[in-house]
Amino acid sequence: MSANHDRSNLLEVRGLTKIFGSLTACDYIDLNIAKGEIHALLGENGAGKSTLVKMLFGSLEPNAGEIFWGGKPVKITSPGVAKKLGIGMVFQHFSLFEALTAAENIALSLNDGSPISTIAAKARALSFSYGLPLDPDSLVGDLSVGERQRIEIIRCLLQTPQLIILDEPTSVLTPQEADKLFETLERLRSEGKSILYISHRLEEVKRICDRATVLRHGKVVGHCNPREETAASLARMMVGSEVKAVERAPAEGIETAPALLEIRGLTRKPATPFAIPLKNINLTVRAGEVIGIAGVAGNGQGEFFESVSGEVLQQDAGSVRIRGKDAGALSITGRRLMGAAFVPEERLGHGAAPRMKLSENLLLSRHATDGKAFVGSGGMVKNSAVYSAAQRIITAMDVRKSAPDPEAAALSGGNLQKFIVGRELDRKPSVMIVNQPTWGVDAGAAARIRQALIELARSGSAVLVISQDLDELFELSDAIAVMHNGQLSAPLPIAEATFEKIGLLMGGAEPGHAEHSLEIA
Amino acid sequence: MMRIELVKRPQRSALFSVLSPFIAFALTMIAGAIMFALLGVNPLDAFNIYFIQPISEVWQLHELAIKAAPLILIAVGLSVCYKANIWNIGAEGQFIFGAIFGSIIPVLFPQFEGPLVIPLMLLLGMVGGAFYASIPAFLKTRFSTNEILTSLMLVYVAQLFLDWLVRGPWRDPQGHGFPQTIQFGDSAVLPELMPDAGRANWGFVFALVAAVAIWLMMSRMLKGFEVRVLGSSPRAGRFAGFGLNRMVFFTFLLSGALAGLAGISEVSGAIGQLQPVISPGYGFTAIIVAFLGRLNPLGIVAAGLVLALTYLGGEAVQSALGISDKVARVFQGMLLFFVLGCDTLIHYRIRLIGVTLMKPNAAKLDAAPKLEEAR
Repeated sequence: MSANHDRSNLLEVRGLTKIFGSLTACDYIDLNIAKGEIHALLGENGAGKSTLVKMLFGSLEPNAGEIFWGGKPVKITSPGVAKKLGIGMVFQHFSLFEALTAAENIALSLNDGSPISTIAAKARALSFSYGLPLDPDSLVGDLSVGERQRIEIIRCLLQTPQLIILDEPTSVLTPQEADKLFETLERLRSEGKSILYISHRLEEVKRICDRATVLRHGKVVGHCNPREETAASLARMMVGSEVKAVERAPAEGIETAPALLEIRGLTRKPATPFAIPLKNINLTVRAGEVIGIAGVAGNGQGEFFESVSGEVLQQDAGSVRIRGKDAGALSITGRRLMGAAFVPEERLGHGAAPRMKLSENLLLSRHATDGKAFVGSGGMVKNSAVYSAAQRIITAMDVRKSAPDPEAAALSGGNLQKFIVGRELDRKPSVMIVNQPTWGVDAGAAARIRQALIELARSGSAVLVISQDLDELFELSDAIAVMHNGQLSAPLPIAEATFEKIGLLMGGAEPGHAEHSLEIA
Repeated sequence: MMRIELVKRPQRSALFSVLSPFIAFALTMIAGAIMFALLGVNPLDAFNIYFIQPISEVWQLHELAIKAAPLILIAVGLSVCYKANIWNIGAEGQFIFGAIFGSIIPVLFPQFEGPLVIPLMLLLGMVGGAFYASIPAFLKTRFSTNEILTSLMLVYVAQLFLDWLVRGPWRDPQGHGFPQTIQFGDSAVLPELMPDAGRANWGFVFALVAAVAIWLMMSRMLKGFEVRVLGSSPRAGRFAGFGLNRMVFFTFLLSGALAGLAGISEVSGAIGQLQPVISPGYGFTAIIVAFLGRLNPLGIVAAGLVLALTYLGGEAVQSALGISDKVARVFQGMLLFFVLGCDTLIHYRIRLIGVTLMKPNAAKLDAAPKLEEAR
């Protein structure tokens, strides 16, 4: 297929290469996108997908290689040039102003001087014709993540692109919202538009994509028709080896096990105008079990984690109880001393200080719980003890690194996450609360982290996992609760849970607050 | 039209991080030579008078130590603040309040004498500086005010308060109306280290002890770790259980106490009484010392000696060449400018972008994806 110079190809890429210092992020990449096809770009984190796409969109300049657009060689020197050619992009992280309306946000990027009312009318018409209903006059701050994505898509469509690049579009959607998106994509394809679809979710790639290009370590390792492959064979191409499946032994005697983490009527007022208030959250996690919390991003998970970890204190000391004792008035250090451990969503800047060494980052969360081992008389840090403990964790979790004790920022996302999770596991905490344990982590490291969390639970700890990745939650959890709009549903035992049921709850369809429900296909 | 952009370098050069203060010093020399030439003085003669002659005899080294002591004491405290990303710009005011508090004993109770007087004065000086520094700390933690503004404005309050004191309630009744307090008694004067060789007093020892102690704290102790974490990534600091508000108070009280100690040491050791002006801007110059010393207490000792020399040199060129001693301020300013410039270029490189090459429409369209990249 690489020798195909068919003029039906909308975009052809030949030998595109991008080098950052000593790292070749994209190594002689070939890619063809035909008119009217949905083309998947598959690869693990760090495989070079984002770099490739940034070169196609003009945000990065390639070191070598050619790009042909409709058979003619082009130089895409800026996103403006890309847009003029007819390339549109919907980013994974949105660039929208929360304090402006949808129409105003669209007007900002169109920048053609037409009045807001005209743009609003166009956007409304376009959104309905593609089955993506959107009120252009609503404030972005009030919209759900799925609705914000629609603004991005409509903003992109208003520029009538020939090629639309979508970066991990379903990572922020409920399964039902994703279905809706797929219908729109199929409709666009039938109109002859091409779509470059970046994802690591193999099932959806198999479902909607006509062809796939698989990247690994910056190189193209294969082109294929995803419909003829299995999820396992695609995964093997992405990872380069078999990914060990996570094993979850059945939990026994949970009902009678002691409750190690209890949350009783946890309520929190929003700290900022765009924060989500927490409303009367109740949850019990018992020794030996893993409870998962599903939910679309931005439904209060971050606020919930801050409240439970003690980064934010509660008015009512009894609203968070750890090992049977009130902890709501205690700081994060106090809660750690009661046996709890925490892994936040953001690795750099929250879970770890980027410019500090791994050994210093070990001290970050354990200076109090391991005070005797790590801090000597007069507040002097016992550097050698901290260093050897850090090395122990590095070995136990198989953290790959370039120096004995590198800065946190020098590690890849997956390796840093292994260290941050390992730092807490090393304490054998009786309560472990993890937010997005494998976000942006490659498949091998993710399996290792998940397995470690299950083993921690089975050894008698209570584990609470907050995640947007439903596959992960189904792999890990003994029961799944759903957070929507600051409220938490009752946990559904894993035997009863299905993607469909959880998806409905993620959309807000729970008895009692059905009025929040989005339109569901 | 050209646009200048600073682009972050993927990695810092370790070599240039070390060399940066020396390059800055060399650039200052070049700019200084140009300045002297413009003033109609042979630069080589001027440098000789400015930098060499003031430290060619032992008694002059003592003068250098007298000038360096307050700079080092203050800068060491400020380095802790700046490492914690807390911006105390008001050390000059804390210096003055340390001097005022410490002078309570010799001015109001001159009959109280003995070996206890000096330790009590020093202690009161530290209390005074810490008290004055607690005001911006309180305002920041309670009302989220910007500590740069409040601490700076409080400097002028302190200067005027001292001025009022020495003209009003604390004026020496036998002083022929001069705005100054009585001369301190013998037991209220900070002893000289080596009276036979020069005037240097115990203030310089305090500065060295403070530098070593703070160096130990910052590099070896949990407290120093806390300062560094909260300064570099506050959210990770909160996750570690370190309180930002407590850190604001800790750094302000510590730097205020050290500035106060410098203030009372200066008044008790070098001046011997309170007068309307007791500092040639030590509190501000110490900011330069802190950065020139790379916020490292041991580097600050060296930087303090260099900046002290700019004061002595300024006095020397004034008397020898008739050039205004403001030239000292010029040298200090250039040094800070070049240090910050070098540091910036270690972290960033300059990129010139020709905007006219692109159509204005295309350039504007860039804005949205730029936002995306910035995240």
